[in-house]
Amino acid sequence: MKINRRRFLLSSAVVGGGVLIGYSATRPSRHRRANEELAAAGENYVTSFLKIDADNTVTVYVPHAEMGQGVHTSLSMMAADELDANWELVNIEQAPATDLFANGDLVTGFAGELGAPSFLAPLISVSAVKIAELGNLQTTGGSSSVRFTGEHSMRYAGAAAREMLIDCAASRWQVPASECTTALSHVHHNASGRSLTYGELAADAALLEPSKEPTLKTREQYNIMGKAISRNDIPAKVDGTAPYGIDANPEGMLYAAIRLAPVFGTKLVSVDAGDVLSRRGIKRIVELEDSVAVVADSYWRAKMALADVVSVFEDSPNASVSTDSIFAQFDASLASGESDEDRELGDSPAAFESASDVIEASYRVPYLAHAPMEPMNCTVHLHEDGTAEVWTSTQDALGIKSRVASILGVSADKTTFHHSYVGGGFGRRLPFTWNVIDHAALIAKEFNVPVKTVLSREDDMQQDYYRPAVASNFRAAFDASGLVRAWENRFTGPIQTPGAAHIPYAIDNQSIRVVDGETHIPIAAWRSVDHSQQTFFTESFIDEVAHRAGKNPYQFRMDLLKDHPRHQRVLQTAAEAAGYGRNLPEGHALGIAVQESFGSVVAEIAEVSMDSNLRPVVHKVTCAIDCGFAVNPDTAASQIESGIIFGLTAAMYGEIKIEGGAVANNNFPDYEMVRMATSPEIDVHILESDNTLGGFGEPATPPLAAAVTNAIYILTGERVRELPIKNHKFQKPSLAQV
Amino acid sequence: MANFKVNGEDKALDIEPDMPLLWALRDELGMTGTKFGCGIASCGACTVHVNGVAVRSCVTPVSAVEGQEITTIEGLASAAAGTAQPVATFDPANSALTAVQQAWIDHQVPQCGYCQSGMIMAVSSMLAQNPNPSDADIDSSITNVCRCGSYPRIKRAIRSLATA
Ligand code: FES
Ligand code: FES
Repeated sequence: MKINRRRFLLSSAVVGGGVLIGYSATRPSRHRRANEELAAAGENYVTSFLKIDADNTVTVYVPHAEMGQGVHTSLSMMAADELDANWELVNIEQAPATDLFANGDLVTGFAGELGAPSFLAPLISVSAVKIAELGNLQTTGGSSSVRFTGEHSMRYAGAAAREMLIDCAASRWQVPASECTTALSHVHHNASGRSLTYGELAADAALLEPSKEPTLKTREQYNIMGKAISRNDIPAKVDGTAPYGIDANPEGMLYAAIRLAPVFGTKLVSVDAGDVLSRRGIKRIVELEDSVAVVADSYWRAKMALADVVSVFEDSPNASVSTDSIFAQFDASLASGESDEDRELGDSPAAFESASDVIEASYRVPYLAHAPMEPMNCTVHLHEDGTAEVWTSTQDALGIKSRVASILGVSADKTTFHHSYVGGGFGRRLPFTWNVIDHAALIAKEFNVPVKTVLSREDDMQQDYYRPAVASNFRAAFDASGLVRAWENRFTGPIQTPGAAHIPYAIDNQSIRVVDGETHIPIAAWRSVDHSQQTFFTESFIDEVAHRAGKNPYQFRMDLLKDHPRHQRVLQTAAEAAGYGRNLPEGHALGIAVQESFGSVVAEIAEVSMDSNLRPVVHKVTCAIDCGFAVNPDTAASQIESGIIFGLTAAMYGEIKIEGGAVANNNFPDYEMVRMATSPEIDVHILESDNTLGGFGEPATPPLAAAVTNAIYILTGERVRELPIKNHKFQKPSLAQV
Repeated sequence: MANFKVNGEDKALDIEPDMPLLWALRDELGMTGTKFGCGIASCGACTVHVNGVAVRSCVTPVSAVEGQEITTIEGLASAAAGTAQPVATFDPANSALTAVQQAWIDHQVPQCGYCQSGMIMAVSSMLAQNPNPSDADIDSSITNVCRCGSYPRIKRAIRSLATA
């Protein structure tokens, strides 16, 4: 199958095939397939991710979704640097949704790190998807793009292409390859003063097989990586031209507004549409198993009409579930004594038995919605000839393509996925959180024109897959000399991220166990997954332990982190930058927290005061991160700022309330966000180290909540053990004795 | 019939008078630079200018803008070139963007970018009325939501314009 260049760029290439893992481990190799299936005359794929044209331009195909994390630019930098390309001549394009660009390296990356892609783990168990099949996803999540696709695919692709270009030049000049060098998209033979552009060599190079083990650069050899390079997606985001899924506007499109069963898991019983069908622009009422939709020639008309459609959903035993009943269920589960091991070290029962002092505390956090700025949407067109098209903003284009194809009953080969920028993901647009996608496909199946299904903000708030609510009970034991000897933690599951509840502190006896926390509320990965709740719990309780021991919370942590130099280094850096220990303005305090997640270790110090209404004000957050190496330091900094503000929104305001088995929140006024006036100053310190690359998109979120509440404790003597902070009624401020 | 100007062009639409301007722009005129975020005037993603002043278009019925001049993100640069520049030192001859848009690139403000049309429209309107805003002015007049948390960079970009 040959697809012409124009069509390739405008839509997506359509090729079939099985699971391919790694660009060089495939037969036939991906680059050969790319040349056979995708390249137009005169174009040459030198590896599947790289195309070099005769005019010496290099195009890098990036297989990840651009959600603002700068991944298109960062991954291109990695390939271009290894290629020794001239950055001025590099184009960046979204790779089409085909298995040629599936990110098996993501799967192997996670498998190597944790045994499974952790952000998918809870979903895998419920949906029985085998790890092997995940190779066919184009997933963007788990702060993984640069760490896995970048390190394992893009850099290798660039380095292999460079070697192929050198080999071609050497054979053309009849000189040893070892005498050739590369720079700025040229191969040089210095001894004879000859040079060729990559463009002049590309056609020959494309005939070679890429080496499986090309030589990668060392950090000192990088020319592009490590520089703050402007993101290529930004210009279109300042003049309104950047396309998002919700902007899809194919010819003849209709719009669907949909009401899903408010109590999760219930079915539609009956619909009374009144006079709705006679109104202007209304085309049809579509009844689905769990929802009712109005399809019209405008979204507004559909939405207004839907408000007047009366629908009845079946009764459910879950209709009496509330936030209170869920936490009561959690408490019962914690009291039941039935638990599974997360981590056991030493003999903690014995340590508690011989303890001179024991400290206990109970913590909890509510469900949270993702609330990405772009409301959930999906446009589907089932053509009469059995082909289909899909437009949506997703963290998983390839998975969505197959999903929609299977619902429509057409083959994925005949389905075209149209890429766009993603208006916020945070986990909402990962595989298996499929409600809008499935509904859009089912609705569009009844039409032969494109139909765009949009969830309003209220719908999205009430029909998300939430960050789980969790309750966590702690005990710690001190011996007669005041040393902490045992740490006990019982928390409600499920565990989505193995290890998130583990602590880096040198406490000999630890008993960390999980109890059942299953409810009917659908859950999924939420930026940083379990780390966001668990770090609030563990970094708060270790602070309680420090205060009980009469120690300075910073020094207490540093002493117990003696086996974790990366943690010590970021804590020390953040403490110095924040001026920890200096005289603060009257009524201000500093709270600290540290956590390792997604390969990066992050310390945060929050400077907080209480205003005249006894509400906390976060003035400044100082953050130090050891990420190994930052491919694009400015993008990394912006991801860290973003993660901190995301964490602050959750800590201060975030609370999804369950009433009558359904979500009671509606829109931003009752799911409040940090805005300009409540956004703190943020000071980011990126530390490099010899460690492998760590993530940026998520690791800054986890420490934030505890950093803030630890500061609040110093200010008020009150320990916030339940989020969000807005629900805590503070008494009169009084500086606690530290 | 609803009649108004969008980015200098006359538009006549056969739509209900209570249709919000947001949906007239997006679905009737196919101008998708203006975004839907909440639909209830809470987030600012849908901000446009009506006679140069920032307005949340999701709660503005087209009947309320009858005969008025609407500017959207797509027309911001040409609207600015035809009238007084919000920032005196900016030279429109050398840019297809306004000073605010250029500052957004210089400070690498957008992340997912979805809120940024509304942010830029809100900030442009604020700077037109108050070219040298204090931090308190910025906090009180820019109340849009950015779920990605680009606020620190927005502040930096505004300050660079204010002191230019
Ligand atoms: S969409 Fe208009 S203010 Fe949110
Ligand atoms: S940049 Fe994503 S919501 Fe503002």
